[in-house]
Amino acid sequence: MSRKSVNFTIKEINSDLAQFRDLNITIGSITRERWEEPMGPTPYPSLTTLRSWDQRLLSRYKPFYMPFCDLCCLCTYGKCDLTGTKKGACGISMPAQQSRTVLIAACIGAATHISHSRDLLNHVIATSGRDCPINVGGTSVEVEAPITRLVCGVKPETLGDLEPVLDYCENQVTQLLAVTHTGQEGNHLDFESKVFHAGMIDHVGMEVADIAQVSALGFPKADPESPLCELGLGTVDTKKPVILVIGHNVPPATEIIDYLKENNLFSDIEVTGICCTALDITRYSPRAKIVGPISWQLRYIRSGVPDVIVIDEQCVRTDTLTEAAKIHAPLIATSEKNCLGLPDMTDDTAEAIVAAFASGNVPGALILDPEKVGEVAVRVAQAVAPKRKKHGNLPTKHQLAEWAKKCTQCMLCRRACPNDLPLAQAIRLAVSGNLTGLDELYDDCLGCGRCESACKQKIPIHSLIVAAADKKTKEETYCLRSGRGPIQDLEIRKVGGPIVLGEIPGIVAFVGCAHYPKGSREVAEMCMEFARRRYIVCTSGCSAMSAGMYRDEEGKTAYERYSGAFEAGGIVNVGSCVANSHIAGAAIKIASIFAKRPLRGNYEEIADYVYNRVGAVGVAWGAMSQKAAAIAAGFWRLGIPVVVGPHGTKYRRMLLGRADKDADWFVYDARTGEKVYGGPVPEHLFFAAETKEEAMVMVAKLTMRPNDTSRGRANKLANYIDLHKRLVGGIPQDVYRLVRTHADIPLTMKDEILLHLSEHDWKESPIPDPTLLPRLVHQRKGD
Amino acid sequence: MPMTDSWQTAEIPGPKKASLIIKPDIADALISRAKRPIMVVGHGIIEYEVEGKPLIDCLIALSRKAKIPIVVSASTNKEFLSREFEPAAIMSAVEISSRLTDPEWKGLDGKESYDLAIFVGLPYSMEWTILSGLKHFAPGVKTMTFDCVYHPNASWSFPNSTIKDWAANLKGIVQNLED
Repeated sequence: MSRKSVNFTIKEINSDLAQFRDLNITIGSITRERWEEPMGPTPYPSLTTLRSWDQRLLSRYKPFYMPFCDLCCLCTYGKCDLTGTKKGACGISMPAQQSRTVLIAACIGAATHISHSRDLLNHVIATSGRDCPINVGGTSVEVEAPITRLVCGVKPETLGDLEPVLDYCENQVTQLLAVTHTGQEGNHLDFESKVFHAGMIDHVGMEVADIAQVSALGFPKADPESPLCELGLGTVDTKKPVILVIGHNVPPATEIIDYLKENNLFSDIEVTGICCTALDITRYSPRAKIVGPISWQLRYIRSGVPDVIVIDEQCVRTDTLTEAAKIHAPLIATSEKNCLGLPDMTDDTAEAIVAAFASGNVPGALILDPEKVGEVAVRVAQAVAPKRKKHGNLPTKHQLAEWAKKCTQCMLCRRACPNDLPLAQAIRLAVSGNLTGLDELYDDCLGCGRCESACKQKIPIHSLIVAAADKKTKEETYCLRSGRGPIQDLEIRKVGGPIVLGEIPGIVAFVGCAHYPKGSREVAEMCMEFARRRYIVCTSGCSAMSAGMYRDEEGKTAYERYSGAFEAGGIVNVGSCVANSHIAGAAIKIASIFAKRPLRGNYEEIADYVYNRVGAVGVAWGAMSQKAAAIAAGFWRLGIPVVVGPHGTKYRRMLLGRADKDADWFVYDARTGEKVYGGPVPEHLFFAAETKEEAMVMVAKLTMRPNDTSRGRANKLANYIDLHKRLVGGIPQDVYRLVRTHADIPLTMKDEILLHLSEHDWKESPIPDPTLLPRLVHQRKGD
Repeated sequence: MPMTDSWQTAEIPGPKKASLIIKPDIADALISRAKRPIMVVGHGIIEYEVEGKPLIDCLIALSRKAKIPIVVSASTNKEFLSREFEPAAIMSAVEISSRLTDPEWKGLDGKESYDLAIFVGLPYSMEWTILSGLKHFAPGVKTMTFDCVYHPNASWSFPNSTIKDWAANLKGIVQNLED
């Protein structure tokens, strides 16, 4: 596929009819099509094209709204009190206002990924050319862009082919944002449908970004054995000059690596990263090091280890310039979206910029040329490191006790802490030199710094925690398998059958931010538990880092213990945030490659297949951002449930099914066209768990699908019941709703399940060939 | 600290805020007046004690005396079972709360809707948002929290209290029910 606009200009033309001068003509585009698959029904869907599919899902998974604010303050009519059944001055109700806010969040998230994708694509087109072929796995990956093919109905072959795809995404996000204006949409379910649309568009944008960077920057191409790289504060060689990169858009960081290589400096300088730029820089060079997830920003900067800080976009602390100044580390901003009030030095020479930074008089600069950033960052690190001498901003043990003595125990720190951590108690202990309380808080601390903002005594509470945990920080020496990118078509062929039949109990994807209720360790423990149980475990983003920040009883991290292949018992790090698209892509490829369902512009049918047959569940245990909201929405539209941690209720609504309402769970049997009971699976589409234990049990349950074979359902039930017994206690109370025939009962649990079934007046029900789409019944009659 | 500020300082809801339970009699009156009360218990109860005894024992006593069924979240069930107390249901907080917004739902036993929901022990922000959902969308259900901090989205809440004052209140509630 190639779509190129044709422009030509005629300086002057004279005819009998008219005379033209400086005539500029644009003829839309020329499409060069090489994909033989017939076009499906919904290429480039508009805001309402898939509305009926969304309505089918939303009729099962009704929103449970939990307003985070009772007011609307988006226009000058307001503030409007929307409590209960009150309406705003524009007529809006509370459900509509909540779903409107969710849509705004999803639009922010989608716009952020798409904008990132556009910047990245522009960069790689500038460096590699518009005709640079898309290659994300050679012959191992023939379906290179499953989401783009599914949604847009196009098969991109070159980087240039991705441009019109992003044009579409940008158009749709603009349309969606317009929906949130005062006096537009008024129905909450229509808002919700548009949330799903934003999520789907977000996934297209993410896919474009990742296949562009995998193709052009030489990242691992669907490689199950991508290199292991170092992870953790303790891995950094503090004797060397250290560069820290933070954010998501990797080109400035790759230019740093290139400059180091070209100048034979790689062994002299440490390149370290936080957040997704860190993940992507290790895909570019496994010699780079990942310090940690987003929540490691303050602790690492204040340690004084980084000599120069390079930020790009997304999830970068907005006070990074202030924090960098405290440790005398120059800051280089590299994105138009994150200028921090800095002077634009893009057109200055590298020598001039380096000299300015080395003088100590310039705290930071905006440099919008990635190549120049590469040179400047390295040279500045070399210049300032000897002067800085790792000047940090953490208190000594003596200073720590002195700070602690200033505490009045007013509790404002705890009341500001998102995790309600017992900060005041820990500080009280520190007065007498006992640092155990602060040290214990280190693992659960989100690194947000709100405690410090709240403290009237100006105690640097976060720094106290980090200083008290000095030993722990030095021992943070883990590893992570660098992001492999897509899943191979061959891997899909191997596991497609076992997944759809339920022999592999499910795909569990740990994705998203690090706003965990109890630290990173819980993510690692969940990953390893599901891998042990032979689920396919995927990781991405900050969760991919957290998955590696724990060692088992044999001292191995998750990535050392388990394979990186998309197989039962594998732990598959796909990469950064935008690589989440490969997890959705894998589910889509199961439908298209394994089940041979038409892919092109055929969203409903593929989503129907995934929803009814592919036991995939997303877990965003520390979901924080608007991007996480958009990513989740993209999974929902595909029919993939998402479990979040307790902070996830702040997304303002859940999408919950009602297992007790049998009428909600009827499907069409594609073999007969009859409407039959398919069971309450998956029970929820968006669910917030209170604890890790609750999440694990729910994940095991949410992998069930109406299409499971008896062998598959027995396998899934065995995992669900076993986890429930171990973590909750006893046999789950709803097993009778999940057993369809005697053959579904796990053999090892037969007696107790039969007893349970007898207590619930259980009767056998047939296993359907399930679909929510009547049109698929008719299609299949002639089979 | 002010008694009726949200415990988490920034979590300010809107015009409708919880009334205060300033003495045990108020909670007892609400419980006695309720036709169908229910209690939702989160994992946070495990860390608290009421005058030397685990909070969970106080809740079990309350449940037995006032005949209030207890719904527990996953992680808390084992604690109840170890005390030979079988909760009415194991359900997540969002599931039970979502059902409470359905006026047609006839409760765990299929008999009648609940008219009073008592919450205790969920993470503060999670309970805050869930109580908000009930405040707006469950007009037939009064909510009360037994946490030691103020929850503005409940119908009735303890003020921000010292553990000592809060424990004395809880103990008083149970004792009054005995009388």
